[in-house]
Amino acid sequence: MAISREDVLHVAALAQLELSEDEIVRLTEQLNDILAAVGKVSELDLSDVPPTSHPLSVVNVFRPDVARPSLPLDDAFANAPERDGDLFRVPPTGAAEESVG
Amino acid sequence: MPEWEAVIGLEIHTQLKTRTKMFCSCEAGFGGEPNTRTCPVCLAFPGALPVPNETAVEWTIKLGHALNCRVAEHAVFHRKNYFYPDNPKGYQISQYDEPLCIEGSFVVPGPDGDSEVRIVRAHLEEDAAKTIHVGGATGRIVGSAHSNVDFNRGGTPLVEIVTQPDLRSAEQAKRFLQLLRQTIVELGVSDAEMEKGTLRADANISVREVGEAGYRTRTELKNMNSFNHIARGIDAEIRRQIETWESGGEVVQETLDYEVKSDTVTPRRRKEEADDYLYFPEPDLVPLKPPADLVERLRTEVPELPGARIRRFEKEYELPYYDAEVLNGSAALAALYEQVALEGIDAKAASNVLMNDFVATGVDPAAVDGAELAKLIAARATIPRESFTRALIESGDPDFRAETYLGDTLVADTAELEPLVERVLADNPGQVAAYKGGKDGLLGFFVGQVMKETQGKADPKVVNELLRAKLA
Amino acid sequence: MIDTLRLTAGEARALLERGDVSGAELRAAYRKAIETRNEELNCFLTLVDGDGNDGVPIALKDVISTKGVRTTAGSKILEDYVPVFDSTVADRCKAAGLQLLGKTNTDEFAMGSSTENSAYGPSRNPWDPTRVPGGSGGGSAAAVSAGLAPWALGSDTGGSIKQPSALCGNVGLRPTYGTVSRYGIVAFASSLDQVGPVTKNVRDNALLYGIISGRDDCDSTTVEVPPVELPEAEDLKGLRVGVPKELNEAEGIAPGVAEAVHRAIDLCTELGAEVGECELPRSVEYGLPCYYLIAPAEASSNLARYDGVRYGLRVPAENYYEMVARTRDAGFGDEPKRRIMLGTYALSAGYYEAYYGQAQKVRTVIAREFDAAFERFDVLVSPTSPTVAFKIGEKAESPLAMYLTDVLTIPPNMAGLPGLSIPCGLSEGLPVGLQLIGPQFSENMLFRTGHALERAIGFDTVPERLR
Ligand SMILES: [Mg+2]
Ligand SMILES: [Zn+2]
Repeated sequence: MAISREDVLHVAALAQLELSEDEIVRLTEQLNDILAAVGKVSELDLSDVPPTSHPLSVVNVFRPDVARPSLPLDDAFANAPERDGDLFRVPPTGAAEESVG
Repeated sequence: MPEWEAVIGLEIHTQLKTRTKMFCSCEAGFGGEPNTRTCPVCLAFPGALPVPNETAVEWTIKLGHALNCRVAEHAVFHRKNYFYPDNPKGYQISQYDEPLCIEGSFVVPGPDGDSEVRIVRAHLEEDAAKTIHVGGATGRIVGSAHSNVDFNRGGTPLVEIVTQPDLRSAEQAKRFLQLLRQTIVELGVSDAEMEKGTLRADANISVREVGEAGYRTRTELKNMNSFNHIARGIDAEIRRQIETWESGGEVVQETLDYEVKSDTVTPRRRKEEADDYLYFPEPDLVPLKPPADLVERLRTEVPELPGARIRRFEKEYELPYYDAEVLNGSAALAALYEQVALEGIDAKAASNVLMNDFVATGVDPAAVDGAELAKLIAARATIPRESFTRALIESGDPDFRAETYLGDTLVADTAELEPLVERVLADNPGQVAAYKGGKDGLLGFFVGQVMKETQGKADPKVVNELLRAKLA
Repeated sequence: MIDTLRLTAGEARALLERGDVSGAELRAAYRKAIETRNEELNCFLTLVDGDGNDGVPIALKDVISTKGVRTTAGSKILEDYVPVFDSTVADRCKAAGLQLLGKTNTDEFAMGSSTENSAYGPSRNPWDPTRVPGGSGGGSAAAVSAGLAPWALGSDTGGSIKQPSALCGNVGLRPTYGTVSRYGIVAFASSLDQVGPVTKNVRDNALLYGIISGRDDCDSTTVEVPPVELPEAEDLKGLRVGVPKELNEAEGIAPGVAEAVHRAIDLCTELGAEVGECELPRSVEYGLPCYYLIAPAEASSNLARYDGVRYGLRVPAENYYEMVARTRDAGFGDEPKRRIMLGTYALSAGYYEAYYGQAQKVRTVIAREFDAAFERFDVLVSPTSPTVAFKIGEKAESPLAMYLTDVLTIPPNMAGLPGLSIPCGLSEGLPVGLQLIGPQFSENMLFRTGHALERAIGFDTVPERLR
């Protein structure tokens, strides 16, 4: 499965990376090399093998529904690039859709 | 012209009213100064990790039971990846192919039988934060100068319920949602208020010719924040799709917003890549394996639900469907009705009083002593209307006694009423002439005049009889 | 005079307990060593001027959040980021009285095997400053090796504790997944990341592991841990030692490395262990490809939070999406970008099953192979790294060549197994690491084995040029 320039641009858009022309060219080549190597996993017939998403066999870990103090506002905003009163300010989201949910 | 039918599925989000958020110990719920209910977890500071709220998981299972779902033996949280300022981790922790509750059904009783809506799934996820679009002429997203984010709501537990496309009209969808809302509220897991956004619903809509197999392209309708808007929005979209097909056009898959003012739908512009959410199992969390005894215990904690109660009222009290539905508008009203009915008074008479007169007073049914109210209703025929209404208004007081009002009896004595009737007729010669000329409706006018003279204490039945005799 | 090059953490603790030195004197001694050698080695990114504690000093890899102390994860995107909360491990170190010396250099977001991917320049190997100290925890390993800290914490996803420990002549433990809290650790790959100690000897390692390990309510993937026993035994009687063929004969293992490891295996027999061969037929061949799908996939998602909204770098732009995309382009270096791209691709519609889904199944295969091996053996041994420390810049041009340096540490990591690397000799004048792999939660056994071997090997951990 070769990865094309279009694939790279599509993936960069999904990952919100604004790549330079240089990076696009370099990444297309490198990703092809890496994918050729890691694509090795598909050599194996593992149709009967269940996936492991986690090395732990633990299940059902919860926390009680008990409130604990939140952060003071100054801590919440301590590293904020831009603050508008007690809100985090960002450039306009433009015409794009609202959050999904 | 072909006959069209709509095919509607709903996707409902309801915020659980747990004390804390889904994955952190910040207080959840409406209110709070902006960003005061935040912590490293819900602000997604580097290294912060989610820990699931046990109560939220249990309530989701309970809700699953109410929807007749199967509770999964093995459920998994997934990450749904996308960028938006209200999504601080860059992914929402949600559920994907292994949700907590699956394959249920929800029965909506109606006057002509039940309609069953199949439930695809009910899963647990976290709510997004709140983005406030600032500046710009309309205050809408488009053209805003910047956006501000309040992360208080971010991370509130949210149950997403997805139905099969089993609904066939806007009215049916609305009724389904209303009953679902009431069910959720009675379970005690959510306030489910559309105005506050703790209940939200999106509709997937397509149309097809009656008898046509399969489905046509559907659209997704969002941004409706009341039951009425949902009904109107769906209707508007159904109209638009039918017009599109009939004029030779084609419906395209898209997301739409309902605009209340113009009663139209408008397409939402989307980010191009927004369709790929790169779901994968959330590696910061371990799987859920609800133990069978917990699942059973939660099942026993589900009370009788409004849908079933409507049918029981019809049967047990021999009430018309309409009465049963109205009486079940809240759990408290239904319970009061049952207390009253238990006293052995006429079930339909009790229903009439509760549905109409009592509800009109706005008194909290939960505050009323059913036995006292039953006494009052039993004596209704002998109590003047005004006293009866006053009694209902006061029926929620802790020291309310029906006895207080039972002394206010109606004047039914013909000898006492006859002079009054004669005087009313003499004072209104014009109306008498008109009545005799064929305006039968004026009888009510004369009754009203007599009632006024007696401050409502005249027995309306006797007054009626006297008037008819005099005017004959 | 405190000789920081030789002083172990255990000895430092004993000196403090006896009142022979004060915490302040210890700190001063390490600060002096740092002043002397850090400029050349570039181990520390941030130094701390005392944190109120007066116990044994410690250095923490810069992916470990420290309240009030800048934590960069080796990335420009977090250049000015100062956490407002402590990671659980930092908190536990504090509670144990350890005093923080500073934060050590790392490959950006712990992605790398040489520390060359740090946005703050590479660290250098104290044994030969023209060579890498390994990575990603090269800063911690070089600091311990050069006497700039008695011990340190690292984090290991594909080998970032074990491999630099091997290359710098230290003892490094990658603990069983779930025994040490990840709360407050800048995440790379959540199902693989694990914090562990980098020390001068095995006893120090056990000591520090005892301080940081155990269930944490803030990390749902942690569990209760058996009490840690400080190793005493000097022999290996009754121990069954397995030598997995593929891990010991993998392509690219340097002859000098193989030789040092063989000598250590012979020592096992001399110390009373039963040694036998075993096989992990697919774990080595498919471990690396499996890792380079799963780790980048998780990383692509874990790094999505760096959007310039709540902390970190922001590149201004006219709208939100441009701001995010430009911030991430300017803030991330080549390696994180490469892995974000690779991981996103592996998760994207149409490729998930072939890449990510298949890799998860390979993970099952690997775990089963190790399970089978542990039916016959208590511990498995192999080189930690196929080679000794390589030259700075040597593998910089080829990401794949760099990835291959972790080929021996990755397979056990995929199965969540603990691994201890101890120095087992020199090759070309540079340290060789021996990897001891145990079943899950077998840290005590690894410490016992490592301790007995360490005594028998008698490796001098001080770099020859600094003696
Ligand atoms: Mg949802
Ligand atoms: Zn929180």
